Amino acid sequence: MNFGFPMRLQYMISGGDFNNAGAAASSLKKILKQLSIDSELVRKIVVALYEAEVNVVAHAYSGLINIELDHEKILIVIQDEGPGIPDIDKAMEAGFSTASEEVRSMGFGAGMGLPNIKKNTSTLSVESEVGKGTKLEMIIYLNT
Amino acid sequence: MNLAEIIKSLNLKIISGKLNPETKIKGVYVSDLLSDVMGNAKAGDLWITLQSHKNIIAVAELKDICAILIINGGQPDEETIKKSREDDILLLGTDESAFSMAGRIYELFKKHELL
Ligand SMILES: Nc1ncnc2c1ncn2[C@@H]1O[C@H](COP(=O)(O)OP(=O)(O)OP(=O)(O)O)[C@@H](O)[C@H]1O
Ligand SMILES: [Mg+2]
Repeated sequence: MNFGFPMRLQYMISGGDFNNAGAAASSLKKILKQLSIDSELVRKIVVALYEAEVNVVAHAYSGLINIELDHEKILIVIQDEGPGIPDIDKAMEAGFSTASEEVRSMGFGAGMGLPNIKKNTSTLSVESEVGKGTKLEMIIYLNT
Repeated sequence: MNLAEIIKSLNLKIISGKLNPETKIKGVYVSDLLSDVMGNAKAGDLWITLQSHKNIIAVAELKDICAILIINGGQPDEETIKKSREDDILLLGTDESAFSMAGRIYELFKKHELL
């Protein structure tokens, strides 16, 4: 693979496909490691991506991840088609979850995903339209 | 703390993966909630959980958790075992509870003056 900067990556997510949840985060982790990015920073980035990815799997129908990496920062945009989030402030609260009983029994649905994303990113913006979908945009600066 | 010593003294079953005798764990995290582990476990931890499905491997791999101990006799399926091999995550098992496992590992850490 050619690591020219800025580097752009794209992944698709299928709603309900728990079997492959986290595949994009795993793939990104391998790339970031090859670029010798600090492993603590890599973990922050992949935790944020994983949680966003799993949210599409657990709560939406399909999604697209666009990543842009340059020397200063990584920009991750996750856009999904799904039910949307009626109250974003509430969704951001630790412990708030609408996950189904089945999803909870697998250990998802603690209501910690969005707080984890917030905690691990430099900036996070959440936009959502009920009945249409949700868009998360996050930036993590590389030299913190 | 040396993982091999924990496996031996707690009589843990190695479900998949090859134990490197040099592997050391830095700490232990006990949780059945994946995003709790994502948020709070540390690199180099041993993770104790009752979850045994495929997603635990991705969580461990992303967080650089060195091994997962599945309690209460939980049995991961073939696909989970296969993924644990691919991602080089050691899968351990016991019939005992999280309480008993955590307690005994805590004692071992104390014995080695790591706490
Ligand atoms: N992409 C999304 N589409 C629709 N709803 C979402 C989306 N992401 C989050 N939500 C809503 O926000 C709530 C909180 O999300 P959060 O990730 O914090 O917790 P969770 O997914 O329920 O549980 P956890 O992430 O701890 O497994 C969800 O339960 C859901 O109602
Ligand atoms: Mg979530």
